[in-house]
Amino acid sequence: MARLNADNERIAHEIIGRYPRKKSALIPLLHLAQEQDGWVTDEAMSHIADLVEVTPAEVLGTCSFYEMFKRHPVGDYHVNICHGIACHLLGADELIHHAEETLGVKGGGTTDDGRFTVEGVECIAACTEAPCLQVNYRFANKVTTQDFDALIADIRSGARSDIPPHGTLAKTRQSIPEERAAGPALVEDAQEPAWLSRNGSDQ
Amino acid sequence: MSDDMVTFNVDGNEVSAPAGKLVIEACEDAGVYIPRFCHHERMNPVGMCRMCIVEVDTGRGPALQPSCMLTVSDGMIVDTQSDVTKKAQDGVLEFLLVNHPLDCPVCDKGGECPLQDQTMAYGPGESRFVEEKRHYEKPIPVNDNVYLDRERCILCDRCTRFADEVVGDPLIHFMDRGNQTQVNTFPDEPFASYFSGNVVQICPVGALTAKPYRFKARPWDLAEVDSTYPNAMGDRINVQSSRDQVLRFQGVDSDAVNWGWLADKERFSFEALQSDNRIGSPLMRGGGLNKADADGDELVAASWSQALGSAAKAIADTTPDKVGFVGGARLSNEAQYAWTKLAKGLVGTDNVDAQLGDELPPHALLGLPRATVAEACQPGGVIVLIGCDPKETLGTLYIRLRHAVVEDGAKLIEITPTDTGLTNVASASLRARPGEAGTVARALLAETVSGHIGGVDEDALATARDLLGSGPVTVVLGRGSLSESVDSVLEAADAFLDVDGVRFLQAIGRGNTMGALDMGMSPGLLPGRTSLAAGQDAFSDLWPQLPNSDGMNTAAMLEAGAAGNLDVLVLLGADPINDALDPAVAAKALATVPTVIAVDLFVNDSVSKAHVVFPAAAFTESSGSHTNLEGRITAIRQKVTPPGTARSDLVIAAELARRLGHDLGLETPSDVWEELGPRSAVHGDVSSAAIEADVDGVLITATGRVAFAPPDQAVSREPVNAYALRLVTARRMFDNGTMVQQSPHLAGFAGQASLRVNPYDFNRVGVADGEEVRVSAPKGSVNVAARVDPGVPKGIVVLDYNRSGADARVLLDPGATSIDIRLESKGGKA
Repeated sequence: MARLNADNERIAHEIIGRYPRKKSALIPLLHLAQEQDGWVTDEAMSHIADLVEVTPAEVLGTCSFYEMFKRHPVGDYHVNICHGIACHLLGADELIHHAEETLGVKGGGTTDDGRFTVEGVECIAACTEAPCLQVNYRFANKVTTQDFDALIADIRSGARSDIPPHGTLAKTRQSIPEERAAGPALVEDAQEPAWLSRNGSDQ
Repeated sequence: MSDDMVTFNVDGNEVSAPAGKLVIEACEDAGVYIPRFCHHERMNPVGMCRMCIVEVDTGRGPALQPSCMLTVSDGMIVDTQSDVTKKAQDGVLEFLLVNHPLDCPVCDKGGECPLQDQTMAYGPGESRFVEEKRHYEKPIPVNDNVYLDRERCILCDRCTRFADEVVGDPLIHFMDRGNQTQVNTFPDEPFASYFSGNVVQICPVGALTAKPYRFKARPWDLAEVDSTYPNAMGDRINVQSSRDQVLRFQGVDSDAVNWGWLADKERFSFEALQSDNRIGSPLMRGGGLNKADADGDELVAASWSQALGSAAKAIADTTPDKVGFVGGARLSNEAQYAWTKLAKGLVGTDNVDAQLGDELPPHALLGLPRATVAEACQPGGVIVLIGCDPKETLGTLYIRLRHAVVEDGAKLIEITPTDTGLTNVASASLRARPGEAGTVARALLAETVSGHIGGVDEDALATARDLLGSGPVTVVLGRGSLSESVDSVLEAADAFLDVDGVRFLQAIGRGNTMGALDMGMSPGLLPGRTSLAAGQDAFSDLWPQLPNSDGMNTAAMLEAGAAGNLDVLVLLGADPINDALDPAVAAKALATVPTVIAVDLFVNDSVSKAHVVFPAAAFTESSGSHTNLEGRITAIRQKVTPPGTARSDLVIAAELARRLGHDLGLETPSDVWEELGPRSAVHGDVSSAAIEADVDGVLITATGRVAFAPPDQAVSREPVNAYALRLVTARRMFDNGTMVQQSPHLAGFAGQASLRVNPYDFNRVGVADGEEVRVSAPKGSVNVAARVDPGVPKGIVVLDYNRSGADARVLLDPGATSIDIRLESKGGKA
């Protein structure tokens, strides 16, 4: 629980190298910090501020703007149950109540064993599959209370290895070799990126 | 009408304005005020509050547009009074008031609140909002002096933009999103900015309040007057008082100087002037108030007649060459003239020095072609910063320079031994080794150089050289580090004199030093930037005792005093024990000189050694004028009465002259200008009326007859051995200076002195961060806490100057080009 560890600091420097300005790496680095600890700690934000040469207040300003960055500990599995209009009509409230009762937490709370956090969220853009939910941003569609119990049981038993712990965005990490890194550049020196001329600019 | 003017229509009237001007400002110039919260004329537009929304027609029919985000164009029709405009503004205010508490009766801003005023003028009479308002913990400190009430905040972005854009300290920021958006700091990381008080002044609601002023007064009880803060920039201020107590300084927007901004050091220093420690009556050692105690060591209250009589007797009983006057940079121009006239014209001694030997010499302040702040900051110009850090010493100059570089495309080249507050915006930073600024400057201006010069490599020099040609060059010249010989910066100045059209802005520390020199408060000078010899004819009729030969400077006077060759020493606001470069000699002089006379606001360490003390009125308690570092004379205006029987410096000089049997002939400030104007080579245009007339004052543009004296080329020195490090002393904004220490809300910022060391050198010493180390120089040694600082180059250490815990002066050697020191851990040698 703290600053980025040595491995992640190395990755952070690689991520920073992808951008002409260090500050641009701020959001990817916040994801990296969340991947490390499951949430974004104050120490990690201070560390990121040092790495991208802004103040911690600026990092917090950006971090607090985005709902996906959690600034307090959450469970290994973050369960977002949609209560948008379509899901609401098809039983989202019952599903949320069921989830709260079976896991023994109120909305936004985390189970005592630190495994699950349940939260009601606004529309997650799967209205045809209502009621729907996400576990660590992986979708489950047309979820009944039985489906929900089975999902939780599967996760507890380790049968859902396809769902990574909270904070991990993707199982494979993007990697850009050093020779393709942007490197520091002044805005006034910036040129049209190669892919734009290759694909044909509309200007 | 020139090409860059456009004509537009506002509320039915044709007006013209410069192209590119914002509608909100063009309308204001035309006499039509558009309400606003987020717009501030000294910051970039942001369009945050929507209050300035008006109907604008640019040919496509009228539409509502925020006038702070729109520039005027030819034929534009602006309607600030239409029903649509009024309805929009009424709606914006209703939204802004949704979450704003109606606690105006207990709010410090009530009575001077733009939200309150504009709601009355443009808003709905009643609220339709019946729901619960947003709640936050009532005021939270964002730093020691500034409190934030987030419930009152309307999210205009003024304070956060100021922190980021204007001063480059983005330590407050918008947090969260939507209805939860709030201004805040990072947890446990306060808004530690030297300029934090400005956000209180520009907050359009009562969200940000300053602790020194909170609940002290209601705005309608305050009386105010525009004046000048007597610092080297001459910041324009508004002095506000109630019941004869100064309660607040606000910045006044002067185009020429501070643009409305103030550093906290100035803004909150009003507390010092109200301090109970102010001297309220004359003091004498031994026999005060007829309670004779000839052996007494205590300073006791005395009457003015006793004190004046005693001081006059001491001066009359000796010869002029055994009388010395030290200090005077605190005084107004008029008081400086009066004291100079008293000393040089009536007493007949040239032993007068307003400087204490720790700044640029008089010939460098008077003899170099001088720039104004505006010239230094002109768009496209090149600023060369030599030997000083304006962020620490001249707060508002830092703001102006930073603006020039960040917003107006000026290029900044630093020739300094370490990082400064401007390093992150500098185009080139040449880290000259201490003592070698001159060598680096010559190399920069040479056609080609190769190899390392004074610690700077040829590529860095070449990069900086390319920038030099891009615009007119202004050199901001200062003596930041006292561990290097002043010859080093003078040599750099001399090198730059070869650049076409170069001008200099001298970064001086003590307030009215320029005024003091213009008034002749320096050995060998007379008022009007004239030498003693050249000015004899102009002044001999009124100044009967004019001395024939040059007198001693401060260092020489203190030496003479310590050797028993001085009978009277007059301290005009000077504290040699704490400010002279050699504290031992200063202390000995004050103990040896038979009569020490002090004129001051406080009993400082030197005043406590005096025999006669006169209480002086501060700049809020007497009227006069001030000369800033550009040579700009602006008005100082009295607002409150002095404590006790304290009198203005001018009156004290006149009274002392009377006791010496002379009539100084100066009773009011205007008497001074009437007497000086015709006799001075540079003050012909100056009069009290002219100074009073303009917020930007009177700028002295005439050059005097004092020539710059370039030094012999300084000798470059390598470190004496591999373990030696080169010393830099650093002036800090908050130090043990009297005004800071006597202001309860500032004193705590001064802190303990520390030694900043590059991580590489730090690791070689083998101590932990913050642990005490021993610093040994040829002249002496001190113990001080060492801190790691990557901003300090390898081979250099930076010691805070004039802070508690370690007196940097014991390491100094005025004769040395630079000073090499050794660092030792307490455990053993490193």
